[in-house]
Parts: sequence; structure tokens; C-alpha cells
Amino acid sequence: MRALVAGLPARARAVLALVAVLLLGAPFAVDAYVLSVLILCLYFAYTGQAWNIMMGFAGQLSLGHSLYVGIGAYAAAALFVHFDVNPWLGALAAIVLCTLAGLVIGFLAFRFGIAGVYFAILTIAFAEFTRIGFDHWNWLGASGGLFLPVKERGVTDLATLRGPPVMFYYAILALTVGALALSRLLLASRLGYYWRAIREDEEAAQALGIDTFRYKMVAVGLSAAMTSLAGVFFAFYYNNLFPEQIFSMGRSIEIILGPIIGGLGTLAGPIVGAFVLTPLADGITELMQLLGIETPGVKQVFYGVCLLVVIVFLPNGIWPAIARRLGFAPR
Amino acid sequence: MPIDLVANVVVAGLLAGLVYGLAALGLSVIFGVVRVVNFAHGEMMTAAMYLAVVLVGLTGIDPLVAALPVGGVLFLFGYALQRGLINAFVTRPEHTQFILLVAVAIILVNVQLMVFGPNARNVQVDYALDSFEIGPLIIDKVRVYAAAAAVLAAGALFAFFRRTLVGKSIRACADNYLGAQVVGLNVKRLYALTFGLGAACVGAAGCMMLLLVDVTPVQGPAYTLLAFIIVIVGGMGSLTGALAAGVVIGMSEALAGLLIAPSAKSMVTFAILILVLLFRPQGLLGRAG
Repeated sequence: MRALVAGLPARARAVLALVAVLLLGAPFAVDAYVLSVLILCLYFAYTGQAWNIMMGFAGQLSLGHSLYVGIGAYAAAALFVHFDVNPWLGALAAIVLCTLAGLVIGFLAFRFGIAGVYFAILTIAFAEFTRIGFDHWNWLGASGGLFLPVKERGVTDLATLRGPPVMFYYAILALTVGALALSRLLLASRLGYYWRAIREDEEAAQALGIDTFRYKMVAVGLSAAMTSLAGVFFAFYYNNLFPEQIFSMGRSIEIILGPIIGGLGTLAGPIVGAFVLTPLADGITELMQLLGIETPGVKQVFYGVCLLVVIVFLPNGIWPAIARRLGFAPR
Repeated sequence: MPIDLVANVVVAGLLAGLVYGLAALGLSVIFGVVRVVNFAHGEMMTAAMYLAVVLVGLTGIDPLVAALPVGGVLFLFGYALQRGLINAFVTRPEHTQFILLVAVAIILVNVQLMVFGPNARNVQVDYALDSFEIGPLIIDKVRVYAAAAAVLAAGALFAFFRRTLVGKSIRACADNYLGAQVVGLNVKRLYALTFGLGAACVGAAGCMMLLLVDVTPVQGPAYTLLAFIIVIVGGMGSLTGALAAGVVIGMSEALAGLLIAPSAKSMVTFAILILVLLFRPQGLLGRAG
């Protein structure tokens, strides 16, 4: 908790306290639908933060983060379904596997000097390659999907992650707050400065004696490990996994929209972006239903136009534009 | 596995690969000059395919003839897109360009979905089931015609860049941005022209593709990825590389479909991409450094 508020001016602390009260109390005040939207917001806030470490802090553009969501989800779910392994242990396995996957991709890319657009395409390639592999892996349900048994939705059983949506709400809230605290610590640390030096000018960073390969590897590994937990959450919250859905490039793009719209490389950006985009997408769906428009695609067109407007008029994201007004020091 | 069958499949893949190559050529031209990665490339291709479906339906002309007007429309679209939207982003960081074009791609896919619905559309030609027989080879006429058209279009593009003054000016912009400005070239206009040409390439390729496959809106992203892979495998900015890599990918897809499973086609493609990125990142025909 200290990591979250230390060094902030009073006004910013007041804003944070208000947000904290709202988020903690939300499940008591809203209906099931709004709660599900809030869970989705927090889910994207969390994955956005994980991605932000790699791209926002260290400047490595990954367009394949669905890979880590997918591996994390499948690892924990498969252990649970096939061997009755406790999801918390499953989460540990997910972290290990995803960290390894991230390190392998990072090693191959950084050793061979692959950067920028090429690195981004490489991450897409690994995610797509894995998606097709999982489509044919019968032990994991192949393209037919892997399903987790649902017993009693009403009983909260934190040990096996079986329970009502409220339990999942607080779980993802805890993850998001944890990621925010970790990001803040990292940014203020030596590692955080190294990352930003690499992001701004890798050659200059290297000339100053920073082991750029090593710190880029740390960024990829950490980001992958954090993303894997989102996968575990996804598996136990939705109880079904399809390679087509979880590994697709569309998923990776969903993950990165929040931080970019919110403010790349900032602490609050991924959270702000997720809380703007997710309700926007849902709001459009509601509006379409209200207006009785059932043509497929209308919603996404509107979504695309909103995205276009934000990127044209607020290229640095929403957060930098409002941070000062809320009493947060401009980053 | 009979060798005839393999040979037939390889030739079919080679011919389809030339059409892939033309589509990828468009991406390569845009990246090579404007230095912007067109993440809406495949979506522009499906848009062109739908235009061709409508045009062929209305007038009854051959899809390969439709490639000319459709290419023209795509040229105007690309020109306007670069002039109106992308040009302001040329000097901005890669990720903002990426989001901009992803937004364009999302809009394109879903406008197509709104207008044409999710079902597959195709065109009928009277030579659809005919084939040429050369020894043991039986080759579909549609593939031969589509591939010939693709080679013709690519040849015209090469000639444009080699022979015409505008083509040379565009190459000058790609080689030395500042120098091009110093000698008084209108870089903004040349960029828009380039984007238009790249769009026209993929538009024409879409019409040829229509002879080989049906079109649905959701294919757009897959075509974008395919075009990327071909450009990277061939070497970014290398025009002959894009055509050659199109052929390589076309053949490997066809062989993977035959030897492994049709659904594993793109897995082999991605594997090739990963290997090329790791061991020859400048691409098969790209220059090192």
C-alpha cells in the first residue's frame, strides 16, 4: 500500500481514496451485469499493465500477448481438469511456463537483433503458431474447447477458485492493485531507469554500460509471468477455453488498446484506458439493442471510429491529458 | 504418395503463390517508401474482392478485367488515406501508426460485414472447371490465368519504378528522404502516390484471388498476416523478394495441406517466418544491414 501513495500530493491521494472506496464498495451497489462489466474492465486493466511493462517501460512492442494468456489459462485448467491440481499450484505452473516462453522468445529475438516491427511480427507468429498447435491438441480439447467443471456457483471456495462473480471481482481487483504497486516500485527503481533508457535510445543505453540484452529479457519474462495470471483468472472465471478465442491476434490487440489509449508508459494509463474502452464497447452494444439495430458490425465500426478519434487527437493517451488536473504530477 | 500428385499440388501452390506475391508487393512498396506498416492490407484486399464481386455481378465482365477498375478504386482509396490520415503519423512512433491502421482495419472489416453479411461470396466464370494437361500435370485454368495476370501486374510495377520519372522520384524518397526534399520533390504527394500504388496492387491481387477462393469479411486479418510474412521472408523493400517469397509460401502451404493437414497450412507458414527471422532476418533476397 505504501508503494501506491508515497510521495503523492494530497489532492491525488484524495482522488485515489475515492477510487478505492468506489471499487471496494461497487459489488454492494451494482447489479450482476454491471459487475460483469467491471470485472472485464479490471481484467483488461491488469493485462494492460503487464503489457505496459514490456512496451511502455522497456519499449519492446509485443503484439502476441494472447500467447501468455493462453498458455497460463491452459496450464492451470489442464492441471485442474486432468489431475485435480489446486488452481493456486496451477497458477505457479502457469507462471513458470509463461516466463519460460517469454524468455525463449526474448532470447531468440534479442540475440539475433530483431527489434521494432520485426519483433512485433515475431510475437504474432509465435502466438499464431501456438494457436494452431492447440487447435490440434486433443488432450486439451483441441478446437472443441476445454471445459472446467462448475459445481455450485453460490459457494465461495477460494482454495479451488470456485465461487460467485463477486469473488472473481475482488481477485482481479487485488491483481490490478498489486500490478500497479509493482509498476510504481519498478519505475522508481534502477531497473525502471534502465528500461526507460533502453526505450528512448538503446544504443546510447548500451554505450553507458547497461546490459540491454539482460534488462530486455527481464522485461519480457516479468511481463509474461504477470500475463499468465490473467490467463489463470480467465480459465476459472469463464470455465471454458477455445484456442481460437484465447490465442487469437484480436485478443492481443484488445490487451494493448487500453494502455495505448490510456497513456503508454504511464502508471495509470492502462487502468484508465481499460475503464474507458470496455464500458464504451458495452455501451455501444446496449445502445444498438435500444435502437433495435441488429446489423452485425455496426458496433465495431463505431468502436473503430472512436479509436481513430482518440489516436488522432490524443496521441499520448487520455491519462497525460487529465493527470495534472487530478493533482498527479505530470509524468 | 504418388509423385504426380505432389507435382500437381506444388504447381498449384506456385501459381497461387504468385498472386500472394502481388498482394505482398503492395505492402512492401508502402513499407519501403513511406516506412509505415499497413496493418489494414488484408482488409483492403477483401474490400477489393467484394468490389469485384459486385462489379462482375452487375456487368458480367471477367474478374481479371475487373482488376483494372477495382485497382483504380483502391488506388484512390489508398491515396486519400495517406493524404488525409496517415501522413500526419509518418514521423510518429510505430505503435501509434499501428493503432491508427488497426482502427482503419476494424472499420473496413465491419463495414464489409454490415454491407455484405458474414456469408462467403464468389464469382462464377465459365472456365472454372477447365484445366490444361501437360504430361502428368493437370493444372486449373483459373490458376494459370490468375498467376499470369499477377506476373503482368508485377511487371508493370517494376517497369514503373525503373523507367518512369515518377517511379524514380519515389525511389529517391525511399533512399534519402531529406535529399528528396532538397531537390524539390513533393514528398507528400509521392507518399500518397506510393500508398495508392500499394493499395492498387493488393486490389488487383484481390480480383485474381477471387478466381481461387471465396471471400468473407473475417479473412481480412489473415490476409494481412500472410502479406507480412511474405514480405519479411522475401526481405522488406525487395520487390523481387516479395514475389519469390509468395511462391515459396504458396508452395509450402499447398504441400503442408497435402502432407500434414489442410488446417495445419498456416502453421508451416508461421514456422517458416520464425526460421527466416532468426537465421536470415534481412529476408531471402533482402540486403544485409
